[in-house]
Amino acid sequence: MPNRKVSRRGLLAGAVGIPLAPAAIRGDMPWREGAADAPSLPRSGAGYLFFSSAEAAFIEAAVARLIPADELGPGAKEAGVAWFIDRQLAGRFGRGERWYMQGPWGPGLPTQGYQTRLSPAGVYRAAIRSIDGVVAREGRAGSFAKLQTADQDAFLKRLESGQVHLDGVETKTFFDMLLQNTIEGFWSDPIYGGNRGMVGWKLIGFPGARYDHSAFVARHGERYPLPPVGLAGRPEWTRS
Amino acid sequence: MATRLPSVDVLVVGFGWTGAIVAQELTDAGLNVLALERGAWRDTPIDFAPTFDQDELRYYWRHELCEPLAHETLTIRNNAGETALPMRRLGSFLPGINVGGAGVHWNGQVWRFLPSDFVARTHNLSRYGKAAIPADMTIQDWSVTYPELEPHYDRFEYICGISGKAGNLQGQIQPGGNPFEGPRAREYPNPPMTMSYPPTLFADAARELGHAPFPQPSANMSRAYTNPLGVQLGPCTYCGFCEKFGCGNYSKASAQTTILPVLMRKPNFTLRTQSEVVRLNLDSDRKRVVSATYVDASGQEFEQPADLVVLCAYILHNVRLLLLSGIGQPYDPQTGQGLIGKNYAYQIVSSVNVFFDGKLLNPFIGAGAHGMIVDDWNGDNFDHSRLGFIGGGYVGVVQTGARPIETHPTPEGTPKWGSAWKRAVASNYLTSMSIATHGSVMSHRGNYLDLDPTYRDVYGRPLLRMTFDFTDNEHRMSDFITDRAAEIARAMRPREIKVNKRKGSWDVVPYQTTHNTGGAIMGGDPRSSAVNRYLQSWDVSNLFIMGSSAFPQNPGYNPTGTVAALAYWSAEAIRTQYLKSPGPLVSA
Repeated sequence: MPNRKVSRRGLLAGAVGIPLAPAAIRGDMPWREGAADAPSLPRSGAGYLFFSSAEAAFIEAAVARLIPADELGPGAKEAGVAWFIDRQLAGRFGRGERWYMQGPWGPGLPTQGYQTRLSPAGVYRAAIRSIDGVVAREGRAGSFAKLQTADQDAFLKRLESGQVHLDGVETKTFFDMLLQNTIEGFWSDPIYGGNRGMVGWKLIGFPGARYDHSAFVARHGERYPLPPVGLAGRPEWTRS
Repeated sequence: MATRLPSVDVLVVGFGWTGAIVAQELTDAGLNVLALERGAWRDTPIDFAPTFDQDELRYYWRHELCEPLAHETLTIRNNAGETALPMRRLGSFLPGINVGGAGVHWNGQVWRFLPSDFVARTHNLSRYGKAAIPADMTIQDWSVTYPELEPHYDRFEYICGISGKAGNLQGQIQPGGNPFEGPRAREYPNPPMTMSYPPTLFADAARELGHAPFPQPSANMSRAYTNPLGVQLGPCTYCGFCEKFGCGNYSKASAQTTILPVLMRKPNFTLRTQSEVVRLNLDSDRKRVVSATYVDASGQEFEQPADLVVLCAYILHNVRLLLLSGIGQPYDPQTGQGLIGKNYAYQIVSSVNVFFDGKLLNPFIGAGAHGMIVDDWNGDNFDHSRLGFIGGGYVGVVQTGARPIETHPTPEGTPKWGSAWKRAVASNYLTSMSIATHGSVMSHRGNYLDLDPTYRDVYGRPLLRMTFDFTDNEHRMSDFITDRAAEIARAMRPREIKVNKRKGSWDVVPYQTTHNTGGAIMGGDPRSSAVNRYLQSWDVSNLFIMGSSAFPQNPGYNPTGTVAALAYWSAEAIRTQYLKSPGPLVSA
């Protein structure tokens, strides 16, 4: 039975070859069962979908320096950030699907923002290849991942300040994206694969995807008593 | 070839806040109204349910409620000497998409402009003399006054259920409210929100310094509310996912939670979604719009005739549609001639981070318009003599929540990554807060909108081109109010503060505000404005243009309250004057 609330009306009923007027909504607030716009979850599985093994070695090493494991607790690597970035790059974000990607391309000023022809996935691919090439030419190790951690930190600082030239991609564009995506993977909801065990949220005291703080708004200066919860609940809820 | 559809009385182009307001008012007048919305239907239970709405990555960083730029964007440059390039990813401002528009992911900060804001030119001239307004500052009076808009502000505040405290009731200053606001006929419909710790600390310090802090007027409900249309909203839960998110609790006013449940049931209202207007068609005299050409999701073209057309899209889209349809004369910054695209303006913002030792602030508790504000340095609430600028802004702590990807403040000198950064974030997240300033932007001869000569949208039409930068006036004003914010910060006796002034040119990368204004400005005559005091096009009398495009310059407040008040004001003029005698409501 057709839905009375979302009708598709023919302009000239019965006429052949005349296009229909688009769907008109009238008479009520439309609602359909089972149509909730739930988040699109990353493909599961332990392996990488986007990164090659060389790229994965870089990304695991780099995120472990950007947010290191230390006396305060796990870092980005332990939080699953490399896997998070892999799934982001394998998906809509990696393709720059919502971005305006038509030419022509100009170098642009810093105030004009992102101006490369590459999608985010392309930026990562070009940058990692170039970085490992620079490291190998400098001779301390065959690739970034094989550097000592102190040398990795020093190299990341050179990337951050633009002292390393990369082929085909602006150093700042890549470094800013890598750092931003690392932070996203550390603090986004665990449904996207990072922030495993909510370690990012626990580190700072963020209670997660809770939707009612009304009992606490006027309790000034008190420690918030509840543990973090994600959109899919808490690990304790589903532990057998 | 476009398929011609049966004519309607009123065609509404774009279905966010102003589209809903205009459609509601004109269907009440018995007219047959059709709204065309380029995006999809959106409503609370399906699209922003509390089971998945609190998702910072999806809604803020991946912008799922915002305009996809792959479809349409604009090009940007700071001045006419630069080559404009496309805004390839969202940053500085976040236009919406779909039913409800940007009014779905807004914060809900609902302000009235000051009485003097509506007469900015004559007011500043009379108080400070000719030297106060530089030759290239193209500010002008609105041609509508605060007393005229007061009932319409009131209407919107009661439709939304604004939580707040009046500061001026019929001329009597009220303790606890904003003493600088214009007189209001009655109190807000709901009491102020319950304040969390950070706004409370700010207000205490501001009071100690002799200022007048007051609760921010908020479209987040302080209690359950039934509006004058009979639509019910629920109490806000302070979840902290408001700005850039939909509300799963029916606690934030939007078209969906205030007007649509009534409007959508009316027999004389029809909505077509996924229907993007690409052109307005004029008659041979170019004095009347006869129809709109639109494209549906499958790419079919339709021609929709109407007696009256009301543009209700976002400001940037309204102005672009005028330019693409050849309505009015495009503005030329060289000659100063032409009006479409003239006086584009924006907002200038800055902040001061405040770091405490051991004071637990729980900054994640919040709502979009949950804060305490000081208005002592807004508009002309203070003496500008010898300050070297006009205009101003508010200073306050608006605790919208502290989603951690966006908000993880660190003290001055902290590295941006590594162990030292991680330590600084972990030790400051729960014990720091931020004071914001939110300032006016005066219009300027060199800041304008036109069509880009190079870049195209998915239909092959030219993109809008934005040429904009902050001028010395804006920098001086913003630095001045940021210094005032820093004084209040110090009075809170924190461990340390970090002052973030707005330096340099406008930059598209960091989010600032979605408060773009101008381009189809209102005024008293067709030589200085694109629309008259009722938002009616001077050139095409059956075309009305809603939205902040009408602002001749941008005062120091969030625009939605005034955008809505102007929509009610315009709709009333259509009902009471235009329908009786269709034609120009003001003689040129």
